[in-house]
Amino acid sequence: MRTVPEQDQRPAGEGTSAATRLRQLVLRRQPTWVHVLIVLLCAAVGFALAVQVRQAQEDTYATMRQDDLVRLIDELGARNRELTEEGVALRRELDDLESGTSSLEAAREAAEQQARVQGILAGVLPVTGPGIEIRVQDPTAQVTAPTFVTVLEELRNAGAEAIELNGQRITASSWLGTRTGGLVVSGVDIEPPYVWRAIGDPQTLAVALDIPGGALASIRTAGATAEVEQLERVEITSVRELRQPQWATPAPTDEG
Amino acid sequence: MFAVIGLVVGVVAGILIEPTVPTGLQPYLPIAVVAALDALFGGLRAYLDGVFDERVFVVSFVFNVLIAALLVFLGDQLGVGAQMTTAVVVVLGIRIFSNAASIRRHVFKA
Repeated sequence: MRTVPEQDQRPAGEGTSAATRLRQLVLRRQPTWVHVLIVLLCAAVGFALAVQVRQAQEDTYATMRQDDLVRLIDELGARNRELTEEGVALRRELDDLESGTSSLEAAREAAEQQARVQGILAGVLPVTGPGIEIRVQDPTAQVTAPTFVTVLEELRNAGAEAIELNGQRITASSWLGTRTGGLVVSGVDIEPPYVWRAIGDPQTLAVALDIPGGALASIRTAGATAEVEQLERVEITSVRELRQPQWATPAPTDEG
Repeated sequence: MFAVIGLVVGVVAGILIEPTVPTGLQPYLPIAVVAALDALFGGLRAYLDGVFDERVFVVSFVFNVLIAALLVFLGDQLGVGAQMTTAVVVVLGIRIFSNAASIRRHVFKA
């Protein structure tokens, strides 16, 4: 429909005619309704292109398909669930640790309590409480160790919790010996007058010592005098030093 | 020439107006754009080949866009929307490349 000189040379080579047509395309000025339509279509393409580019840039989710979005939500839900479970597990662990701390404190308190009790029984702590005091007047040192051992046994049988003889704490490992003019308590010399102090139920202790043929009776038989005084408050301040056991170790218990 | 101006005017309008694409059209717009680009390249190639016809160009343009959108719509209904989109984009991309190769031979003679 267009007649241009170059078209005659088409058999010589397509390139020249194509270049000419390209030049024509730029320079052509003959708008028909089809050309207007083509321009409109191009404008629509440019418009859609710009819109789509902007849309794709500004919102990644808006351009995604429904099933993609559903999969995304599924993944998010699963992840959320995992994190929630992890949170619950961690919280439980935290609770365990906290209660572990409190049980540790309880154990420490129990251990301190135990240490106090053991300290009283082993004679390493000064103690006070109701009890009795026995004054033995023995100017001629007639009383022998076996007699005092009887007194000691009697006090223990009557439930004395802490015993002291002339400032010497009497414990399970204490021993009594006789010497001229006095006695020996665990290697320490003591002399008359002797003073026993014992903490326990005063009534029970006094009665126990006073039974016929008992401890006080044997003291009197030996030629000394003994008087028992029940007291509301007896203080035993002397202590013994504990030696670390060299040979004995606690046997493992079966139950943890 | 006017076509190029129209393209530029469209792009500028799209940037300036900033319209929101309706949700129902969102999956089809990118495909329609690619199909239209394919039609544009095809038209240019046909023109350089000397076989360009305005009527053919307009009809093929509209049909390409409609068929591409229809294919994607069909794929969505069949549950293979994403794959169908990919397939259409691949096919149109191949066509654009081959058209571009023809145009390149015409323009650069290489």
